[in-house]
Amino acid sequence: MALNKEFAARRLHSLLGIIPIGLFLMQHFVVNHFATRSAEAFNGAAHFMENLPFRIFLEMFLIYIPILFHGIYGLFIVFQGKANAKRFGYFRNWMYIFQRITGVFLLVFITWHVWDTWVQAQFFGAEVNYQMMADIVANPWMLAFYIVGILSATFHFSNGLWSFLVTWGITVTPKAQLAATYFTLAVFVAMSVIGLRAIFAFV
Amino acid sequence: MSDAQAQETRNAEETDTKKVKFIITRQDDPDSPSYDQEFEVPYRENMNVISALMEIRRNPVDSQGNQANPVIWDMNCLEEVCGACSMIINGTARQSCTALIDQLEQPIRLEPMKTFPVMRDLQVDRSRMFDSLKKVKAWIPIDGTYDLGPGPRMAENKRQWSYELSKCMTCGVCLEACPNVNDDSSFIGPAAISQVRLFNSHPTGEMNKSERLEALMGEGGISGCSNAQNCVEVCPKGIPLTTSIAAMNRETNIQSFKNFFGGGN
Ligand code: HEM
Ligand code: SF4
Ligand code: FES
Repeated sequence: MALNKEFAARRLHSLLGIIPIGLFLMQHFVVNHFATRSAEAFNGAAHFMENLPFRIFLEMFLIYIPILFHGIYGLFIVFQGKANAKRFGYFRNWMYIFQRITGVFLLVFITWHVWDTWVQAQFFGAEVNYQMMADIVANPWMLAFYIVGILSATFHFSNGLWSFLVTWGITVTPKAQLAATYFTLAVFVAMSVIGLRAIFAFV
Repeated sequence: MSDAQAQETRNAEETDTKKVKFIITRQDDPDSPSYDQEFEVPYRENMNVISALMEIRRNPVDSQGNQANPVIWDMNCLEEVCGACSMIINGTARQSCTALIDQLEQPIRLEPMKTFPVMRDLQVDRSRMFDSLKKVKAWIPIDGTYDLGPGPRMAENKRQWSYELSKCMTCGVCLEACPNVNDDSSFIGPAAISQVRLFNSHPTGEMNKSERLEALMGEGGISGCSNAQNCVEVCPKGIPLTTSIAAMNRETNIQSFKNFFGGGN
């Protein structure tokens, strides 16, 4: 039997959220965390990433294409749902809504973030380094925008990890799903601490 | 007169004069707009929403004293096993036959479920649920031209959990609660997914396992679930719907690998 399109697309969307997008997010936060040591440490780490071989292919296939698919198809999924937490105010139903709110916000945030850094470097001769980020977050509005963006990403990733485990039939029993709730909560806290420490290192 | 007797007399008097207030969302036919109408029904002990609706049907006069059309609703078993009488009672989708007046805040608001097309007043068309059951082949095909003999036996522990799944009465409450079941999506909803788990757990039903899983992998199938998990909270039969969905997620994933890479059936 042919692979059903909708089924395959939804499973691909789910998989891409963790591999590679989720893994990239972790890697991205770890590199940025070098900024808490010193500007030089950050520049060194960013420089190392910049000089990876086959960089353009890595970027395309591990970041841009997966995120474009996940983001655009995600938006399509958002429009197929009708939020109803007013009538059914259960915990998981709120998570369902926050997954959508953070997803849509991330689409805006990531577009802006890529424009602000990658596009400037690729096409307008800017250099991605400590000073670039420090200049961006010198504006308190941009700092706030980045903080909300970081927290949206860590929430969306952590809660997405929880639902990924259900989508792939890994956590089946209520017990396993509850354990996953605590585990992904810990992931959310840890990732948020790393992300926020990194952004405040540029202030 | 003893205290108990006095209490009984007082109760009887109260019962004579006490009224139950209803606000009912009405709709004259599938295409016309809905409107609210208020009714006051004389209180009787142990009354439920259905007996109150029957009283309105007997004496269809609204609370202003105007003649009204009798209210239409669906019912069948009157013991919460058929699911036909589901409606929204004070904001909650549930069966009206087990909704006791004494346990409800007044005025009691009755509305038709919103996920299904309204036929008239509180009566909705749940055909889509039965269509879904057909789509996922929620039955065990044993008809043939000769006697197939007895089927394999079922393990007792399996029988226990699958019995719980068999309690589904296709009432539609879980579809009503699901944010992904609506006009903009073709998602069949939790009930039919759980039925696949039920029929696939049956030793004879298992022989057609892959057909049901493939139906779940089709258009509007299991991938429409986004794990909001309202269904398991609202199911009046306490069916572990989210466990069924996660179990069928696992099975459909395995099936899709088998279909693509080969192996088993
Ligand atoms: C930082 C980047 C992102 C990461 C790490 C990420 C990760 C994930 C993960 C792991 C899931 C869970 C998949 C599942 O339920 O099986 C998910 C779901 C989802 N994502 Fe993302 N995502 C990102 C960006 C976006 C963007 C930009 C959108 C755009 C709207 C989006 C929309 C969605 C939606 C709607 C879901 C829910 C799907 C469902 O419940 O069926 N995501 N995401
Ligand atoms: S699973 Fe529960 S809520 Fe859903 S139709 Fe069956 S009995 Fe009703
Ligand atoms: S009449 Fe059958 S469930 Fe109420």
